[in-house]
Amino acid sequence: MGWFRKRSKDAAPVEEVPAVPVRDGVEIPPHDPLHAYLVQAGGPVDLEKLDLESAALDALRESGSVLVVPLISQGELLGTLSLGPRLSDQPYSADDRRLLSGLASQVAPAVKVANLVKQQESQVKERERIEQELRVAALIQQTLLPKELPSPPGWQIDAYYRPARAVGGDFYDFISLSDGRLGFVVGDVTDKGVPAALVMATTRSHLRAAALRSSDPGEVLADANSVLVDEIPPGMFVTCLYGVLDVESGDVRFANAGHNLPYVKGESGVKELRATGMPLGLMPGMEYDVVTARLLTGEIMLLSSDGIVEAHGPDGEMFGFDAVQATFDSAPDTDVIGHLLEGFDRYVGADAEQEDDVTLVTLRRAAGAEEAAAVFASVPTAVLADFSVPSEQGNEREVMNRVAVSVEEFGFGEARLERLKTAVSEAAMNAIEHGNGGDPDLDVGVRVEARGDRLVVRITDWGGDAEIPDAEEPDIEAKLAGEQRPRGWGLFLIERMVDEMRTSTDDGRHTVELVMNREET
Amino acid sequence: MEGFEATARAEGSTAVVDMAGLLDRSASAALDAAFSEALGLSAGPVVFNFGDVGYINSTGIAIVVGALARARAEGRDVRAYGLTEHYREIFSITRLSDFMGIYDDETTAVAG
Repeated sequence: MGWFRKRSKDAAPVEEVPAVPVRDGVEIPPHDPLHAYLVQAGGPVDLEKLDLESAALDALRESGSVLVVPLISQGELLGTLSLGPRLSDQPYSADDRRLLSGLASQVAPAVKVANLVKQQESQVKERERIEQELRVAALIQQTLLPKELPSPPGWQIDAYYRPARAVGGDFYDFISLSDGRLGFVVGDVTDKGVPAALVMATTRSHLRAAALRSSDPGEVLADANSVLVDEIPPGMFVTCLYGVLDVESGDVRFANAGHNLPYVKGESGVKELRATGMPLGLMPGMEYDVVTARLLTGEIMLLSSDGIVEAHGPDGEMFGFDAVQATFDSAPDTDVIGHLLEGFDRYVGADAEQEDDVTLVTLRRAAGAEEAAAVFASVPTAVLADFSVPSEQGNEREVMNRVAVSVEEFGFGEARLERLKTAVSEAAMNAIEHGNGGDPDLDVGVRVEARGDRLVVRITDWGGDAEIPDAEEPDIEAKLAGEQRPRGWGLFLIERMVDEMRTSTDDGRHTVELVMNREET
Repeated sequence: MEGFEATARAEGSTAVVDMAGLLDRSASAALDAAFSEALGLSAGPVVFNFGDVGYINSTGIAIVVGALARARAEGRDVRAYGLTEHYREIFSITRLSDFMGIYDDETTAVAG
């Protein structure tokens, strides 16, 4: 937790010694002097002879008891045998007392056993009740966490939630907003179990409603706070970070209600984004500052709950912010969460019971296909060459050389330029010899276009709909054995020289399109 | 240079075919003649010298394949040197280099 430390209320209770019930609703509390007297009495006690300032003694006398025999087992007073006056009005004899002592020494262990059985039964019931409550809490939690993660183009969004056995009040949420914006929430309710889960559910719906009303993350938290202050049980509160991501620009605007600060990892390492504010549900009229940041391509934002930061290692030391930051820094971009969990598990030890819920959310701006396509669409096309040659034998080399000159500025390396030249020469030769049948009156059109990193060469002939048949795959062994004619390497070479080859026909014209990226892909 | 020329010479136990120019359809007759001559110059391997060949197209590949088929029919080994990186790649893609030893220079090609 960033600014407020929560403490669960389930600290171990001080074990209380119960009052000992003795007769007709009379009890001997452990602090009553009679209690101590009976523990060390060692046999039947005449109440008339006692001189103690004891409320229990007075109550016993009032109820008509004259003799009590303590039931002691292992130094513990379990009860008494309380007797009124003898019917004969004679005092209890030494024999009576021996008999009663013997009886008490046999009854005491039986009472002890009966007490233990009763105690165990109620413990089992209590455990069952707690387990049931945990199941309900976990169910509420899991029902309300997102079933699917958003996947806006160009973004990789991951989330992870691992409940502690006692189920803390962690939650995260994503809210689709207008204009392609995405709201995101990571929060943590004080306390555990069903009460925390119910507060989490309430908070989640207030945040959702507020997020749809306002585009300002500070207003969203202020709205949610003003409602929660009246609804939340006393002593409970919610830490929460709410932000809005513009998936196109990478802009993030967020506000913080006492939650862990987010981290952003970029080229210069991991940095913390500062934003402060009071947790939700504590005080009315809170205001929250809005912090803005921009996630660049390749940058990752990490949001977390304190379950990971405050986890203790075997030596009792906390994992801590520095370790989270360093682990994030060394994580592979595509699996930040997996890497953090590995580091966390290694730190706390394999057998350690998880102390608190662990929640992690990452927003990674990846250069996705759609983003790249959008960038590509905005890149203008440059025409590097547009010419035609007559269909004469040998002109394929003229085409090849003119295309080579036109792409000098494009910046191919030597190997790729040579490949392009071979492909262009082969395609031009096909156009001259097959498409135009070697008729010098028919021209071969050539157009070279550059768009970003892609170069496209279009070679057009008058072959019309007569598709060049797919050349049979040349087989050198068959050719050497005379089973296949030596020729037939043209299309085979073109396909292997360029990144893409497409053919099309239109109005009697046949076009081969050769695509080559600047760098090998 | 434009055009194509090919000549044969004996070199040790091999015969070398020196080529220059553009290895395309127009090279067919000249190459066939020089290759026939080379086969007669020695009973050993025939070595193609591509050192002055600036251009090879698919038809040129077909001509080389034809010569190679002929040599194999006569049980003669064929070697080559002087290919640029690009044409080494093409000889590899077409698997010509599986049937024809490719060497860096004449000395290693003749030695085999």
